[in-house]
Amino acid sequence: MNRRVVITGMGIWSCLGTDLETVKRSLYEGKSGIGLDCDRLTYGYRSGLTGIVESPVITKQMLDRHTRAGLSEEAQYAYMASRQALAQACMDDGYLLENEVGCIFGNDSSAKPVIEASKIMDEKHDSAMLGYGLIFQSMNSTVTMNLSTIFHLRGVNFTLSAACSSGSHSIGLGYLLIKQGLQDVILCGGAQETNYYSMATFDALGAFSVRMDAPMMASRPFDRDRDGLVPSGGAAAVVLEDYDHAVARGATILAEVVGYGFSGNGCGISQPSDVGSMIAMQRALNDAGLSCNDIDYINAHATSTRQGDMYEAIALDRLFEGGRAWISSTKSMTGHECWMAGASEIVYSILMMQNDFVAPNINFENPDEYSAKLKIATSRIDTHVNTVLSNSFGFGGTNSALVIRKVERLKS
Amino acid sequence: MNRKEIEEKVKEFLIEELEIDEEKITADAKLKDEMGIDSLDFVDIVVIVERNFGFKIKPEEMAGVDTFSKFCDYIESKIG
Repeated sequence: MNRRVVITGMGIWSCLGTDLETVKRSLYEGKSGIGLDCDRLTYGYRSGLTGIVESPVITKQMLDRHTRAGLSEEAQYAYMASRQALAQACMDDGYLLENEVGCIFGNDSSAKPVIEASKIMDEKHDSAMLGYGLIFQSMNSTVTMNLSTIFHLRGVNFTLSAACSSGSHSIGLGYLLIKQGLQDVILCGGAQETNYYSMATFDALGAFSVRMDAPMMASRPFDRDRDGLVPSGGAAAVVLEDYDHAVARGATILAEVVGYGFSGNGCGISQPSDVGSMIAMQRALNDAGLSCNDIDYINAHATSTRQGDMYEAIALDRLFEGGRAWISSTKSMTGHECWMAGASEIVYSILMMQNDFVAPNINFENPDEYSAKLKIATSRIDTHVNTVLSNSFGFGGTNSALVIRKVERLKS
Repeated sequence: MNRKEIEEKVKEFLIEELEIDEEKITADAKLKDEMGIDSLDFVDIVVIVERNFGFKIKPEEMAGVDTFSKFCDYIESKIG
């Protein structure tokens, strides 16, 4: 079976905004969501820079106490994004109770509840003092276990952990399951906690920018003077659906997922690879039946680290050979949304498709010898965007590439 | 802490932390059947009582403690 897979709903909770319209405006205007969190410096971070993500307000009218007690920070973000996505897909409680919907989210940590539980145990030496909710917050699958419970999801149900490619692989895997006829609808996405417990070990690598005197200029993918990435987070959700299923119920189709490619680098744990990146991109293009010249826009993984951006630039240059596709890294505005990034960047790309623009790679002032060969959008480009390639690469050499394209509006 | 203060504190955490409607909290109200407190709530009540009253509830001592009033009696007996 080889079915077409489309996106019929999407939601976002990020440092660029907590609804699609605000996020679209931020992307259009090239507005950064980065700020300085002084608590990180007090806690002992080398860098206090982070994406500033609004805390969701989840009331007892929205979810009962038991459910709220089990929601980790990233599960709260995912819940808010999923509400938007399901609403846009016109899937209310009644629909979800009547129809089988799956759930795959990318998530690769839940540090805060684990550390809080550990502190309580160190102090009280009694597990009875941990209370009810921490177990459901502290597992990596906190997002999918909560979402599937809240939204009555009875299809495929698990969390995908693949470092900074988690969100992208979750959409890729959901796409494969629907394409093969194993599921009709899957809620997919990625979620990333932003509390200061969660990123200390990453900060330890010296990988974060320390341009703390100018937070909004700190994340500068591909720029010669970049000094590291800025961590960020939130959640993004998309409703993936079989094309015929979507047409039959009269759903609005936002985009079609046409290609998924993956690869492993098989080398150093924090070592990016141009070859691994190219294999993932080429597989995605082959799967989509497209060539490089068919791509209008590439949402690069580029995080603003020296090595990562360099290897991706080499791969893009070798594969696209100065092709026509515009390239930008939305991480220049969002920072690196890590486990969530592959999913949020699909949402950002669809917003560009819908509104005929390529978001700028802000802070790209001077190329280095590798990025000089790329067609990087230094400012917003007003143009039709029909086909997008979105890259995600993660620690351990896990690479993911997705190709999506615009679908002409259905005639009623 | 006198009896009135204990009752006020218990009532406060039942409303604030367990989100039980105030009108359901009466002296003879059954914790489970009328106030809707279930086994998962009790997991949190153990923590809340330790924080507010400074002792750890022993489950075996809770047999027969089935109303708001008896629950306050139990706390009073532990801290009195």
